Amino acid sequence: MRAYLGKRLLLVIPTLLGVASVVFVIMRVIPGDVALLILGGDDGGRIDRAQLAAMHRQLGLDQPLLVQFGHWLWGVLHLDFGNSLWTGQPVMAELLTRLPLSLELAVLATIVSVVLAIPLGMVAAVRQDTWVDYVVRVVSIGGLAIPSFWVGILIILLLVISFGWGPPLEYTLPWVDPWANFQQMVWPVVTVGYRYAAVTTRMTRSTLLEVLRDDYIRTAWAKGLGERAVVFRHALKNAMLPVITLIGTEFAFLIGGLVVTETVFTLNGVGRFVVDAVAHRDYPVVQALVFVIAFGFVVVNLLIDLTYAWFDPRIRYR
Amino acid sequence: MSVHYPLVHATASAPLAPRLTVGQEAVKFIRTKPLGAVGALIIGGMLFVALFARALAPYDPYEADYARQFARPSVEHWFGTDEFGRDMLSRVMYGARIALFVGFTASFAGCAIGGLLGVVSAYAGGRVDLLLERVMDILLAFPQLILALAIASILGPAVQNVVIAVAIPIIPRAARVVRATALAVKENQYIEAVQAMGAVRRRVVLQHIVPNVLAPFIIIVTAQLGGAILAEAALSYLGLGTAEPTPSWGLMLSGSALSYAEKAPWIALFPGIAISLGVFGFNLFGDSLRDALDPKLHRG
Repeated sequence: MRAYLGKRLLLVIPTLLGVASVVFVIMRVIPGDVALLILGGDDGGRIDRAQLAAMHRQLGLDQPLLVQFGHWLWGVLHLDFGNSLWTGQPVMAELLTRLPLSLELAVLATIVSVVLAIPLGMVAAVRQDTWVDYVVRVVSIGGLAIPSFWVGILIILLLVISFGWGPPLEYTLPWVDPWANFQQMVWPVVTVGYRYAAVTTRMTRSTLLEVLRDDYIRTAWAKGLGERAVVFRHALKNAMLPVITLIGTEFAFLIGGLVVTETVFTLNGVGRFVVDAVAHRDYPVVQALVFVIAFGFVVVNLLIDLTYAWFDPRIRYR
Repeated sequence: MSVHYPLVHATASAPLAPRLTVGQEAVKFIRTKPLGAVGALIIGGMLFVALFARALAPYDPYEADYARQFARPSVEHWFGTDEFGRDMLSRVMYGARIALFVGFTASFAGCAIGGLLGVVSAYAGGRVDLLLERVMDILLAFPQLILALAIASILGPAVQNVVIAVAIPIIPRAARVVRATALAVKENQYIEAVQAMGAVRRRVVLQHIVPNVLAPFIIIVTAQLGGAILAEAALSYLGLGTAEPTPSWGLMLSGSALSYAEKAPWIALFPGIAISLGVFGFNLFGDSLRDALDPKLHRG
């Protein structure tokens, strides 16, 4: 396990470096000059050349690209992502105030999805091609098809029309006022969780279907075991491993869900921060957030891989 | 002195299933995959509406009519009108064009580039494979929507930019799938045989490997279609995709739709139904197609 851990950790470093360079390159190929944008207007002609040069110097844009990249990377290593062009505040500080909301939303949505998805996916696989299977498949394919922002819009529409309810503006931490927090978070969690559950259900169904065709399952049936024993004790145990991995890969779905759901419900989380930054062309913030999100994605996948190896010895001895 | 292997014997033991005509194949597909057939029906309907939007739409989707703002759904305006008095039904119909255009071009372009990289990666092997795989890993480290958002933020809102923003995240996903299949195909003896016959590399790849990875390629194009349509809708909803006044479903739901929630809920209703139905159709069809083409999932 230790050798596997070392190897896996070493692999993360080039990936993260690659991620950092992709983010940097994306943000540097932006058409137009960031300095011009800050000084107001792309017209160029009306802006004082000396002022522009000073701004270039201030942003470090007059230095070679490699130096700029090194400078940025050095900042990232010190958790310093620079300041927002829009507010002038450090990106890190803003990120930290917004993080609890997004984390709460992500964790609750994951719990909701797992609790819904595993039993549903199991029933559908065991009763393949019966009406139960069809209903589960239609509902889960539907969950993938319905955009989460539209689910959010429909929920708000219903609440506004029937109760005159509007989404609250300030986020309340769960330990400050649990009830206020619940009222605020329940609908966003449903919105993100529904779609997430749909993905997990489909994956549970298909993995279990594959496992149920394995030889050792046929043996279990042939021994005369009951359905309960075959499904729970033999098949589910092996089908659960890929499902754990899926929770990692679906992290991407989750992030996408957060971005749009926070926008619909006007929640000031990290996802909305991304959208606002993109809309304001606030490049330091976009650069920082895209990197932080990709970093989180890589770390989550690393943890999932390690869990997987912990459970399944075949992986670590390969 | 050459040894002659009677090639006929190889097939003699397993009698081939009778070849079906396209019509018979279709009937078989409908009978065994009813959900897939429903999906195909939805896709067909959507294509029909998109192709004949000009003839089918009762009004000009761009024409504002301030005398008829927020009209309820009625005989003249089946889906009602929006805040500019534009006919929602016509806008939803024209929206099918944008959705299908972005969906098809983005998923086809993304899969074609990814598939090509996958084949090259698998066939070249060694350092090329390692390098391409690393690059794909790095691209996969970005959640799809975040990468699309970052790209869209650079390119700015326009239909062709949305296609690029949606297509790029598809590349590594397609490359993965096609590479895996190409690796398996490469190990086949007939590839060794063609190589022994002196076929040049380009010929081996184009004539012998590419045709054999077409099935997974078609599967992944279909599988990505629904997602691409959703991504376009999400980008446009966030105000970073197609720009007003283009009738894009996602754009119709953004901003104004919620502020007029009490006055005109239909503005937020019909474009959402259109997106969901379209993506639902593509997902149903893609799912059944995968089941039908993937022998691993056949009941044995």
